[in-house]
Amino acid sequence: MKSDIHSLRERSLLKLVAAAALILLILILVPSLVGTYQMQLLIYGLVTAIAALGFNLLLGYTGLLSFGHSAYFGIGAYTVALVVQHLGPHSMEIYILIGIPTVAIVSALFGYICVRHTQIFFGILTLAISQVVYSLVLKLYWVTGGSDGLRVPRPSLLLGLLSFSGPRGFQQFVTSYYYYVLAIFVVCVIFMWVIVNSPFGKTLQAIRDNEIRARFLGIRIRRFRWISFLISGTFTGLAGILWVPLNGLTTPDVLYWTFSGEIVFTALLGGFRNFTGPIVGGMVFTYLRTYAVATTEYWQLLLGVVLVTLVLVLPTGIVGALAKVGQSLKGKS
Amino acid sequence: MILLETVNLRKQFGDTRACDGINFVVNEGEFLSLVGSNGAGKTTLVNLISAHLQPDSGQILLAGRDITFMPVADRIKAGIARSFQIVNLFDGLSVFDNVALSIFSREGKAVKMASLAEHDYEVRRETVEVLGEFGLSSKTEIPAGGLAQGERKLLDVAVAYALRPRLLFLDEPTSGVSTHEKAQIMDTVSSVVRGGHVTAVVIEHDMDVVFRYSDRIVMMHEGSFLADGTPDEIRANKDVASILLGAPLAT
Amino acid sequence: MGGPVAILTIQILNSLLYASVLFLIAAGLSLIFGVMRIVNLAHGSLYAVGAYVTAWLVGRGIALGVPLGWLFLVLPVGALSVALIGIVIEPLLLRPFYRRAEEYQLLVTFGLIQILEDLMRLIWGGTPLSADALMDTLPIIRIGGLLYPAYNLVVIGIGIVAAVALWAAIYHTKFGVMLRATSQDRRMASALGLNVGLVYVLAFGIGCFMAGLGGAIVVPTQAAVLGMGIDALVIAFVVVVIGGLGSLKGALVGAVIVSFVRTAGIQFFPELELAVLYLIAALVLLVRPTGLFGTA
Repeated sequence: MKSDIHSLRERSLLKLVAAAALILLILILVPSLVGTYQMQLLIYGLVTAIAALGFNLLLGYTGLLSFGHSAYFGIGAYTVALVVQHLGPHSMEIYILIGIPTVAIVSALFGYICVRHTQIFFGILTLAISQVVYSLVLKLYWVTGGSDGLRVPRPSLLLGLLSFSGPRGFQQFVTSYYYYVLAIFVVCVIFMWVIVNSPFGKTLQAIRDNEIRARFLGIRIRRFRWISFLISGTFTGLAGILWVPLNGLTTPDVLYWTFSGEIVFTALLGGFRNFTGPIVGGMVFTYLRTYAVATTEYWQLLLGVVLVTLVLVLPTGIVGALAKVGQSLKGKS
Repeated sequence: MILLETVNLRKQFGDTRACDGINFVVNEGEFLSLVGSNGAGKTTLVNLISAHLQPDSGQILLAGRDITFMPVADRIKAGIARSFQIVNLFDGLSVFDNVALSIFSREGKAVKMASLAEHDYEVRRETVEVLGEFGLSSKTEIPAGGLAQGERKLLDVAVAYALRPRLLFLDEPTSGVSTHEKAQIMDTVSSVVRGGHVTAVVIEHDMDVVFRYSDRIVMMHEGSFLADGTPDEIRANKDVASILLGAPLAT
Repeated sequence: MGGPVAILTIQILNSLLYASVLFLIAAGLSLIFGVMRIVNLAHGSLYAVGAYVTAWLVGRGIALGVPLGWLFLVLPVGALSVALIGIVIEPLLLRPFYRRAEEYQLLVTFGLIQILEDLMRLIWGGTPLSADALMDTLPIIRIGGLLYPAYNLVVIGIGIVAAVALWAAIYHTKFGVMLRATSQDRRMASALGLNVGLVYVLAFGIGCFMAGLGGAIVVPTQAAVLGMGIDALVIAFVVVVIGGLGSLKGALVGAVIVSFVRTAGIQFFPELELAVLYLIAALVLLVRPTGLFGTA
């Protein structure tokens, strides 16, 4: 009996690893198949997926809906920009080394304030905090460049081993940066997967499902929510850190509530009740956005309509819908 | 040995005295039933002892230790656990994970995030053991939300039991199930609880169940204790009979 | 020019003006929460719609040569248009989610923000839309040597009238009884024969009307701009945190406190006006999480 359960678990784990390996293989082969522009889009897709993955620890697994995750993304981006401003351009590793603790501290601080509250207040509080950050960044223009933002030149990778200048510098940078971000993406996915399947992850889900019962198991609810918030903000902040060197520029837009809405949207699009949903959502959203923004000037309107439709019609997102289709196919055969 | 003692415990809701100077004593190893009509104050008493509510006045002592103002998490660590009248499970998690979570929490391992929950073999072993005792071995992978009502009640008790408490409160563990299932559930619960040497206080309405399984019965009425004794003593008690039949109390 | 008393009087009047508008927004939010237990995140955007519609109607009215006195009728029309939007939204977009997880409600109303904000941009573009003409129809009065527009006093007056009218409606009319019954116990109210669906849609409509009215009466004093909805949402949030969600008294007290603090704050720390408000909200949340009079 016990061995049956074991082998069932191991079989599905093997299937998971096989699928992931296949996807990874495809992603590794991509640069030889597509041009620089497509690679840029893919990098943005991976970055968005990391942000969504972080966001969903809070929503899908802890049951807290944040409307202010743009703050962490933006602070990550601005930290890199300010490092460039005051310490000059450096390697990506320096940016990450300084950036991650910064967003972690900010997430810890904001999280501490926010997790003391229930759903509605939590949501609006996160929105309010991100708006405060936005308005501060906008107003303190002598530090942050105001609405013009701050430029971030191409960093070197691997502690200066790889630097990119000259006529083909940009293409070379994009190719190398693609692998760089891909590697970090894989690390992030593994980290997050371990976290959600750890005792901590199970406890978060318990708190999400039934806060009272969790309390009566001796679990300190607030502490767990706070830690979840911290990890979530840090992941999203890392996405911001990775985003800005490719974008070359950071402006207050990435702190505005509309950007938070996009992060929310990616989780909903992919499906926030499972692990891969945000990843799928992040990648699909990046493509959607690129082609939609080219078509219409009223991107927020489109986003809003699709969001409402998704919630009404497809609340489990793409991955959830695919899973249902898969199950009904299995049932039929 | 006295495991739990309340001293003059009071709780009032507006004009209603839910607990009116209760002196409740629970002896170690007992299987005690707490009975009484709706609104008698049974759930309030349990809520006060399990830290769901704060008393207006009075004391609660666990093995001599004053726990009156101890917060929930500490009270659980001190050895008090409870199940709820309306089944309260983690519906999105599997049956296995529901019980495993209790054990993780008990062992202080709930915060561990660097290793997979599956890989903690000690916890797994104990989870399988507990599920086996409660007859839920065949349902381990099903999400708790997908169980039948009787199984949910059992799981509810199992989750509280997995905390290995010294004192376990069960709030109507057989409500909402058929008569046949009631016996099955109580058979399992009482044998596991007694076998584990856990002291239990069960709030129950079904007097058949109460008489069959209890060592001792305590009856509450309008915030106070009306009767306290073995099943035989209670059966012989005229006041109890009146309450149960709805006749006025003999003066 | 004006002595310190005059300046102080004007500051107080400005605070009361702001408080009037804030009260309307917050009371609408609280009413909806009190009756239906939902928070419409798009409430601030509806306020913005009220402002835009009113400013636009004023502009059209002037272009059509309508005498300026008649243009005051535009104010309730602007508010009504928002109420109409509300009456359409509630059964379509909100009702499907009353029994589902709270997240879905928040998601839908957030999507609504995106739709409304971009619709405003689509219809009226990025340049601010003003309705100064309406304010100019009323004289400018003198307060101790300083000039002050009489229109501002009208706004304060409307705020007071709205507060009284709302209080009277809720506590002294049959409809108010229905509202209170439904808010306390929906199932019971339904079992007693109340058409809960109708009560809901009307309550929501009234709440939206108030937000729209707030926008309508404020726009002659300051032009409608994109993003005003979000700012309003966030400040209305501070008001209900302080006053308590679901309480009419709380909305009034909260609005007064917030606007006076804001006026004082602008005087001394113009850069940090928003931050000062949040500090107060954070303090209140720490000490009394349900606010001064909250029912949440």
